[in-house]
Amino acid sequence: MNAWATSGEIAQAVRGGQASAVAIAEAALARIAERDGRINAFTAVTRERALAKAQALDAARARGEPLGALAGVPFAVKNLFDVAGLATLAGSKINREHAPATADATLIARLEAAGAVLVGALNMGEYAYDFTGENVHDGPSRNPHDTSRMTGGSSGGCGGAVAGGLVPIALGSDTNGSIRVPASLCGLFGLKPTYGRLSRARTFPFVASLDHLGPLARSTRDLALAYDAMQGHDADDPVCARRSIEPALPCLARGTAGLRIAVAGGYFKRGAFAQALQAVDRIAKALDTTHVVELPEAARARAAAYVITATEGAALHLDRLRTRADDFDPTVRDRLLAGAMLPASLAVQAHKFRRWYRDQVAKIFDRVDAILAPATPCTAPELGQKMLVLDGVAMPLRPNIGLYTQPISFIGLPVVAVPVPLGPLPIGVQIIAAPWREDVALRIAQALETAAVVQAPRPQQWKDA
Amino acid sequence: MDQSLDQYIELAAKALDLPIEPDWLPAIKANLEVTLRLGKEVASLALPDAAEPACVFEA
Repeated sequence: MNAWATSGEIAQAVRGGQASAVAIAEAALARIAERDGRINAFTAVTRERALAKAQALDAARARGEPLGALAGVPFAVKNLFDVAGLATLAGSKINREHAPATADATLIARLEAAGAVLVGALNMGEYAYDFTGENVHDGPSRNPHDTSRMTGGSSGGCGGAVAGGLVPIALGSDTNGSIRVPASLCGLFGLKPTYGRLSRARTFPFVASLDHLGPLARSTRDLALAYDAMQGHDADDPVCARRSIEPALPCLARGTAGLRIAVAGGYFKRGAFAQALQAVDRIAKALDTTHVVELPEAARARAAAYVITATEGAALHLDRLRTRADDFDPTVRDRLLAGAMLPASLAVQAHKFRRWYRDQVAKIFDRVDAILAPATPCTAPELGQKMLVLDGVAMPLRPNIGLYTQPISFIGLPVVAVPVPLGPLPIGVQIIAAPWREDVALRIAQALETAAVVQAPRPQQWKDA
Repeated sequence: MDQSLDQYIELAAKALDLPIEPDWLPAIKANLEVTLRLGKEVASLALPDAAEPACVFEA
């Protein structure tokens, strides 16, 4: 199977005996060895583990045992996930001194229980305080569509590894946009589920109030396959909801009939480059919607997410800032130090506003089922770029790529980022649904993909490989 | 404001036992200015005294 096979195709071939899991794993490991030097997505390759898992799958099949929905599917994880035997870097220099993790993160265990094969850990922005994918310790993640450009972050290696055809699925984290931003800049599908839907157990945190985990993939179906395998309560994550598993895969083919879809106006139209607005327009047209809704106080929601992130992030790292300040990425360090000095009253007010804003947005979902908004204001910037001109005003790039993602994750809404293959670089659009309605966002994504309105483009350098 | 923020950073760093090198100050100050401005923007929306924070949040 080639680099662009979907998870569904791989699992079907392994289950049916047309391909062995070992051959699939070896091919993925070979692609990583061949391609990663150009995109710097991986910080660790778990070769022995992957081959042992693949051999076990092939042996199970030979014994006539049924294999899971992800049988033989290679995947990789942002290096803030615990992987037994590896130190959990979270993109930092400091964590390299940590003892190796003794157990896998829950989501890794669940994907492997469905037959998936972990092949490695992925580059990320330090401690996830990042939208660029750049990392001073490991070097920047590079965008497979143009290696002089950013992947977006902080799940930068996830974007590079999946867009480059190294793995069909990667797991990332999203506190303010860190799945949706690399999905947009690398031309991928990304799912940030409802806050509390997927367990975060045994992953390195950033902002407990806002942290989510989820998959990136090259198709809607692959997102749903991974998502379904990872659902379910986990007592090891106090935030993980006590909800029964609600499979999304069986819903994908239902289409968009009966769904009320609107476009976010106001805040979500301001500051965007032409490509971002063009991408939303293209999707709105394909979905035959002209209905515009305003999310009240979206700018304030973004501000509140910013404040909570600064204060909780600083609190998490306070001791390391006291004792190891020189070992941080200076850009991250200076943001965290500023966050440590914020008055507590501002953080409390931000949390009060969060509840108020959630209630206001909930009223919109009485009238619509999904809302479309840009994922990023622009396509992938050049690596090293520091400033971004939004609405004619030069702003620091690092915090502002998440302009449109922050007001959404702030209240935990489920989002599928879908790739619109504009030339020369792709860009993403957010399909935002009501809490716990990932199925709605995935249905819309699938309909758009079936109609070829959205698709994950193959990088020119590896188009036919 | 400019000078008072310099003083605030110096005093807060002392109070919190945070070692800060002089050449870090401009970036810390720039970040603090932005975050304080955004914090004030949030706080400027009047909410009732009974408004509950969403520290443990359920969507």
